[in-house]
Amino acid sequence: MPVAGWFGQIGLAMLEMGTYHEHMPADDLIDRLGILADAAKYDASCASSGTAKRNSRDAKGLGSTEGMGICHAYAPDGRCISLLKLLLTNHCVFDCHYCVNRKSSNVRRARFTPQEVVELTLGFYRRNFIEGLFLSSGIVRSSNHTMEQLVEVARCLREDHDFRGYIHLKTIPEADPELVHQAGLWADRVSINVELPTAGGLARLAPDKDAATIAGAMGELAGAITEAKDAGKRYRHAPRFAPAGQSTQMIVGADGASDAEIVGRASGLYADYRLRRVYYSAFSPIPDASAVLPLRRPPLLREHRLYQSDWLLRFYGYAPGEVRAAMEPDGMLPLDIDPKLAWALKFRERFPVDLNTAPREALLRVPGLGTRAVKGLLAARRHRAVRLADLAKLTTSVERLRPFVVTADWRPTALVDREDLRARLAPRRETQLELFG
Amino acid sequence: MSAVAVRRDAAVRIALATADDFDGWRDAARRLVAAGIAPDDVRWGVEGEDDADLFAGDAGVPAAGDGAPALRVSRAFLELAGKAALHRDPARFDLLYRLLWRLRQAPRLIEDGTDPAVRRLRLLAAQVRRDIHKMRAFVRFRGVVDDGGERFVAWFAPEHHIVRANARFFVDRFASQRWSILTPALSLHWDGGVLREGPGAGAADAPGSDAMEAAWHRYYASIFNPARLKIGAMLKEMPRKYWRMMPETRLIRGMIAGARAREVAMVSDGGARFDEAERPESLDAIGQAILGCRKCPIGCNGTRAVAGEGPRDAVVMIVGEQPGDSEEREGRPFVGPAGRVLDQHLAEAGIAREGAWVTNAVKHFKFEPRGKRRLHQSPTAGEIDVCRWWLDGERALVRPRLIVALGASAGRGVLGRTPAIGRERGATVALADGATLLLTAHPSYLLRLDGEARAREEDRFAADLRVAVEILRRG
Repeated sequence: MPVAGWFGQIGLAMLEMGTYHEHMPADDLIDRLGILADAAKYDASCASSGTAKRNSRDAKGLGSTEGMGICHAYAPDGRCISLLKLLLTNHCVFDCHYCVNRKSSNVRRARFTPQEVVELTLGFYRRNFIEGLFLSSGIVRSSNHTMEQLVEVARCLREDHDFRGYIHLKTIPEADPELVHQAGLWADRVSINVELPTAGGLARLAPDKDAATIAGAMGELAGAITEAKDAGKRYRHAPRFAPAGQSTQMIVGADGASDAEIVGRASGLYADYRLRRVYYSAFSPIPDASAVLPLRRPPLLREHRLYQSDWLLRFYGYAPGEVRAAMEPDGMLPLDIDPKLAWALKFRERFPVDLNTAPREALLRVPGLGTRAVKGLLAARRHRAVRLADLAKLTTSVERLRPFVVTADWRPTALVDREDLRARLAPRRETQLELFG
Repeated sequence: MSAVAVRRDAAVRIALATADDFDGWRDAARRLVAAGIAPDDVRWGVEGEDDADLFAGDAGVPAAGDGAPALRVSRAFLELAGKAALHRDPARFDLLYRLLWRLRQAPRLIEDGTDPAVRRLRLLAAQVRRDIHKMRAFVRFRGVVDDGGERFVAWFAPEHHIVRANARFFVDRFASQRWSILTPALSLHWDGGVLREGPGAGAADAPGSDAMEAAWHRYYASIFNPARLKIGAMLKEMPRKYWRMMPETRLIRGMIAGARAREVAMVSDGGARFDEAERPESLDAIGQAILGCRKCPIGCNGTRAVAGEGPRDAVVMIVGEQPGDSEEREGRPFVGPAGRVLDQHLAEAGIAREGAWVTNAVKHFKFEPRGKRRLHQSPTAGEIDVCRWWLDGERALVRPRLIVALGASAGRGVLGRTPAIGRERGATVALADGATLLLTAHPSYLLRLDGEARAREEDRFAADLRVAVEILRRG
């Protein structure tokens, strides 16, 4: 198709004029971006989902949010890049042993001004690199001073630039509650890291932090989120408060907490603070590590199993006690099989499940049936008696399911009672799950 | 055959205005159903596409008469159909009409995910949805300045006919800036108030660089955690076909190489990582300890370590490279195809395998997953050197008179340097602990050869083993 003439017509001839050089970030700024992004990557969350829907169709502000966030790129570590994840500074007066930015660590330090973070966010957003900003910070001068700076970034984006993209602010539990509250007014999501699953671990590894202070701040945020949601239902223009809710992160493997303790803590957090997510971060040996820490990191598989158990709690109707029942006697989730299969192998009397008659809750317990396959089964069985061939179209592996299900043309004989069932069902590990650490 | 030809002649041809003309399909389908024209008698096409001459309008389809009963279909079908209609599959409109035809009699058919046509519809819709999502994610604007000020221009090549369907998203998000998205089929231009459509364009029509890209690249490289390389997970969500539209992907190769170099660097300072005080005191202790050894990347790949086996006071030690697929499964050395070749040659030479300590230079199986198979990968020099700790332990405990090293990796495991097998095989080396080393090829080398070459190498291997027998006889 002849393009040249058309370009002249709509005024795109400027493509010849060369590229755009205004506002080119200075080398020094790019260096600091490198340091402060590197320091931020130990926060696992990059979610930009679940907030209020906004757009800038009116051509006034910048940005939009939908139900689901968008991953704008993926890095070779397999993680999604959705938000510009930065620390305002990695200077810190705290000395938490697991943290690469602790006072006694020898890393290169840098800081941004709030204005610099605002400009980076807008520049990236305009080019469709990101969904928004996830800002955290080391503690400089005081908790209040740091919190003020974080809030100022969010305020400037929202008020001065009418930014309608996603903002996640990490809040500092030691700061003045009024400042923490302001964060919720500008941000879509707020989070406070509980850091370690046990109060003992926190006291030992994060001497400047206090479990009660963290709990208090999380409780205040939870209250404000509930109130704002309620007000939003009564008054159309009620101010929003963190519409994407609150999340937290726990480090796995830095202290001696078992999976049972971690799952117990997580279910408590979900219940007490109505959290959207609990993130688990397998402790990874950090440059210039503290001598108090274990030298080896836990297998990444442990983090994965914890997330699977988290899914069982949130989407599959398992009670926390049931997830604990799937664990080994030492309170750890098995690494060779997933927690759902582990639970099924312990409670074999609950199987086989008749796929043509069982209620949804029972179908969700079948190892190998996910929420989508269950949905498909419930729809399909309204039309016909489900057979193994139908199952094959809805799931990835019928072989795995056979011992646990009854269909119109299949009934397992003694399979569920077999001693070697676990060995037969445990996946052969083919991928490298843990790199050298 | 003639019946088919007649039907083809009688077929109604529908030419839709554009490749994403779902409304046109809906209108035509409504009239076709009203006229009672079955799917087999309809040919669907798009104006301006390949066999457009076949599609001379939709002459022959009557306008829906006033008396015709209104056609009702479920919202679920319309939603799926609206997406599937944007698929690049030329048969999509035919599929939609065939389903519509069946849905008249069985409206709930659409819920049945086991019906092949419904599954196909869902698949097409899902692929289109993914393409829409990936376009929203991976469009990269570059800033330029024209008469009207700043404009952001991107080039993107989607897989399906989704550009118009996606326009609303970009307007909603970027209405306050001027932008253009160029694609092969058409381009979109937003000037702050109106969305205009232009003809297709090529990658070269978009700007070649952008002021913010250096910063974005630094961010992309810095947020990446080199301690957890998961290339498969990245490729699943960001397949290579999109990379040419995303400038930051040029960094990926270097980032992966850097992460691997970091791993190798950690392996190379591995000598100090074994504690001399913890040297195992028995062969059983070694067998136990290697199961938990994570001192090199192979030890961390989730496979089972394979210990040596044989009499504790064996006179001969046979050292291979590393366990293979069968060995890892069975937990014993040399039980796979190469093991069978070895057994046969040992038997012919008169060496009893049961009388030898059989082990490997590296205790874990290094492989590359390829589908369901695990393809052998040679251990690196660094990895062999780390694993020497265990082989040294076995040598100290068994104290064999003769060590037969099969292949260069085994040679390195014994000598600490990589020998040239071609030059050094068949010759003996006196080792510091008093034992004699005999180097030869690895039996798996024989497995890779055919015909004459295989016969020649089998002879050389047999000759090397005769040297071993000679050494043993000399006592």
